[in-house]
Amino acid sequence: MRVARLESEIDLAGWRSAARSLRAEGVEPRAVIWTVERELFDLAQPSPVAAANFTVPAAFLELAEQVILHRAADRFALLYRILWRLEREPRLIDNPADADMARARDMAKAVSRAAHKMKAFVRFRLIEGAARETYAAWFEPAHRVTEAVAPFFVRRFTAMDWTILTPDACVAWDGERLMVSEGADPADAPSEDAQEELWRTYYASIFNPARLNPKQMRQEMPKRYWRNLPEAALIPELIATAQDRAAAMVAAPTRAPSDRVLKAALRHAREASYGQGAPTTSEEVEAGVQVCRRCDLWRDATQGVPGEGPRPAPLMFVGEQPGDQEDLAGRPFVGPAGQVFDKALAEAGVSRDQAFVTNAVKHFKHEVRGKRRIHQTPDRGEVTACRWWLDAERRIVRPRVIVMLGATAALGVVGKPTPIGANRGKALQLPDQAQGVVTYHPSFLLRVPDADTKAKAYAEFVEDLRMAGKLAGLI
Amino acid sequence: MAVLDLRRKLAILSDAAKYDASCASSGAQKRNSLDGKGVGSTEGMGICHAYAPDGRCISLLKILLTNFCIYDCAYCINRVSSNTARARFSVKEVVDLTLNFYKRNYIEGLFLSSGVIRTGDYTMEEMVRVAKSLRLDHDFRGYIHLKLIPEASPELATEAGLYADRVSINIELPRDDSLKTLAPEKDVTDIKRAMGRMRLAIEDKAEPARKAGRRTFARSQSTQLIVGADEAKDGDILTRSANLYGAYRLSRVYYSAFSPIPDASHRLPLTRPPLLREHRLYQADWLMRFYGFERPEIVDEGEDLDLSVDPKTGWALKNRAKFPVDIQTADRETLLRVPGLGAKAVERVLAARKISRLTLDDLRRVGAVVKRAKAFVVTADWTPGALTDHDALKAALVQPQQLSLF
Repeated sequence: MRVARLESEIDLAGWRSAARSLRAEGVEPRAVIWTVERELFDLAQPSPVAAANFTVPAAFLELAEQVILHRAADRFALLYRILWRLEREPRLIDNPADADMARARDMAKAVSRAAHKMKAFVRFRLIEGAARETYAAWFEPAHRVTEAVAPFFVRRFTAMDWTILTPDACVAWDGERLMVSEGADPADAPSEDAQEELWRTYYASIFNPARLNPKQMRQEMPKRYWRNLPEAALIPELIATAQDRAAAMVAAPTRAPSDRVLKAALRHAREASYGQGAPTTSEEVEAGVQVCRRCDLWRDATQGVPGEGPRPAPLMFVGEQPGDQEDLAGRPFVGPAGQVFDKALAEAGVSRDQAFVTNAVKHFKHEVRGKRRIHQTPDRGEVTACRWWLDAERRIVRPRVIVMLGATAALGVVGKPTPIGANRGKALQLPDQAQGVVTYHPSFLLRVPDADTKAKAYAEFVEDLRMAGKLAGLI
Repeated sequence: MAVLDLRRKLAILSDAAKYDASCASSGAQKRNSLDGKGVGSTEGMGICHAYAPDGRCISLLKILLTNFCIYDCAYCINRVSSNTARARFSVKEVVDLTLNFYKRNYIEGLFLSSGVIRTGDYTMEEMVRVAKSLRLDHDFRGYIHLKLIPEASPELATEAGLYADRVSINIELPRDDSLKTLAPEKDVTDIKRAMGRMRLAIEDKAEPARKAGRRTFARSQSTQLIVGADEAKDGDILTRSANLYGAYRLSRVYYSAFSPIPDASHRLPLTRPPLLREHRLYQADWLMRFYGFERPEIVDEGEDLDLSVDPKTGWALKNRAKFPVDIQTADRETLLRVPGLGAKAVERVLAARKISRLTLDDLRRVGAVVKRAKAFVVTADWTPGALTDHDALKAALVQPQQLSLF
């Protein structure tokens, strides 16, 4: 039997050098006894073979750093056994199903949970009369995590002085340095803080007695911590009275609200206001598309997106429908297609400020796939329903030329299917004295896969916009 | 009017805030106070500092600035027609409470909501003043979550985003028509527009913030749906969630089982849905966000989730033809759909099976719930045979459940 002596319960450096010697000497795991002896009178010199070189995966050292903080007595032996096996089974470290690895992982998990609970359940108390703001806390961690967690409190409370006392070790911060000392006694910590009364008030009030679930609470806040949590003293009483409180709420007769309140509620109830007469001002259109229920597209859309631009305007652009970005912003042509549109318009020599820009359909039609909203083409019924608003905009804007961007726009403006290929490049006569120009939708230009075809289509698009600008007398 | 002391105000205004399900403090940009100024830190993952006897975590000081409110939403304890006790904090009182609690390590930060007083803008301005004072006067680096008032002006919402880590707007009711009956002053379009603007603002400011490496704008938004106050079925609720995630990139949709409130409005049901329904909705939501399920696979519109089994087991029972799957060869997507196998267990299975053929014991060690998985998997030492298609399989998988006490 070999005895390996460590300086402290969390002496990882000592464990490493002992394990290194033992493994180099070929000492089998079951032939080692690990002990902690604080007073080391007999510091054995490392044996020469200890220098023998071998490497372990970084993952093993990370695991060891955690496992050694566990309170289980067999942690040193377990780590040495894994180290020993690693020589013959180098892939052991990557096998989460191995029994030793699973046990080590469970220990590491318990340690990391204990560290997390320490971050959560330390309760500082103000030391009255100190020159700098000074706090102290008594805490009993489930595993030996005090030194490991201290840097967290340094990062959080750098500008305060504080001390955390535990049975294993004490850590103190003075604004500049972190000091570690021997474990302490609860009596060394302050016993109260004026804020605790407020904290208990908060704790009791935020609890909803109609949802009592003490099992869930104990799972997350185990009883071992309650002793040092000022709010925990309230728990038995809160649990005991919860059922009666909830029952009383349900049993209490409801009181009818006052007439004043009911009248106000009625006044606020929004009735759909469209439908009385066709809108004649852009304010009516803007308000109208927001509450429009002529088809179902409003349901999943954020808002109705009316057209924008000068009224009257010589030139009007009609797109298909708002896209994802337009739907969020409430403005037409601000997304990727809008950028293509702006660029082409500038190349054609037309300023967007001179034109009215709108869509054939005012609400975003889409399908949710995962976390994306995928554009869907509006059907004929939806386009027809929305002509109510497009026609109103045409009457208000009174354009000389209407440019239809894509087939849906053409359907909305002309009222019947109008193929782009057969009609682009020429001026169409529309019934309301305006001239019509049909061309591609800018998002079509984004989707053309072949570069040459894309360049050609884009050039045609710019040409169509230029023609429209000329017809409208803007160029 | 009698002057209330701070403790009484805290009691009233935290009691009024307890129906909001969210208390999360995760997802903030990492920051600390190592440069010696101010107080506080966030490390990405939130910390729950206590748990109430209702099992819910307490991470933030969750309070209302005031519970006076000009609205009359039936489900809300603070509606104008309710006879609840009223109180109002001053900006300074909230700031001091937050700092005092934070320095004693009771909380991760502040979750501030409010009843609407005077106007939406006036209320929002007061809330922004609290956050601004914490950040600018006290260099507070903890977490701040602000509830937005949907009808407040976009400029105020943007200003709130400058000081908060997360903002939220509660939709509360899953169905638009019930919003109209139960919350006549709320307008679903107002809410959606405010969420849409916030998504654009968050995306717009995310890139410069990342580059600057410091907190410049809120990182996420969330919302809450109340379950069981109206007629909405689970399928409708999850459809609404899918839309919200897709349209506004919400980080979370919270589900809150409608809870009886004192002095309830006569427009509300007196019974409450079992908390289990809320739990099932969270499970289904989780499947949609992390396991690649689409809403129609989980539950149909107009239908409720099966309360007796978790939604993943429910799906597997309805799709037995896809099982059993071989643990040794199935791809990740398939493994994620096996009941009893969580995301972590799946990752470990993928690592472990490169080294050896896995047994049921191995599955247990990687953290799978073997009892639930057994009927759906083939391992080195196990094949379910006729068990997968057995009539009584569902009964075997249903855990005896403590039913609601009320």
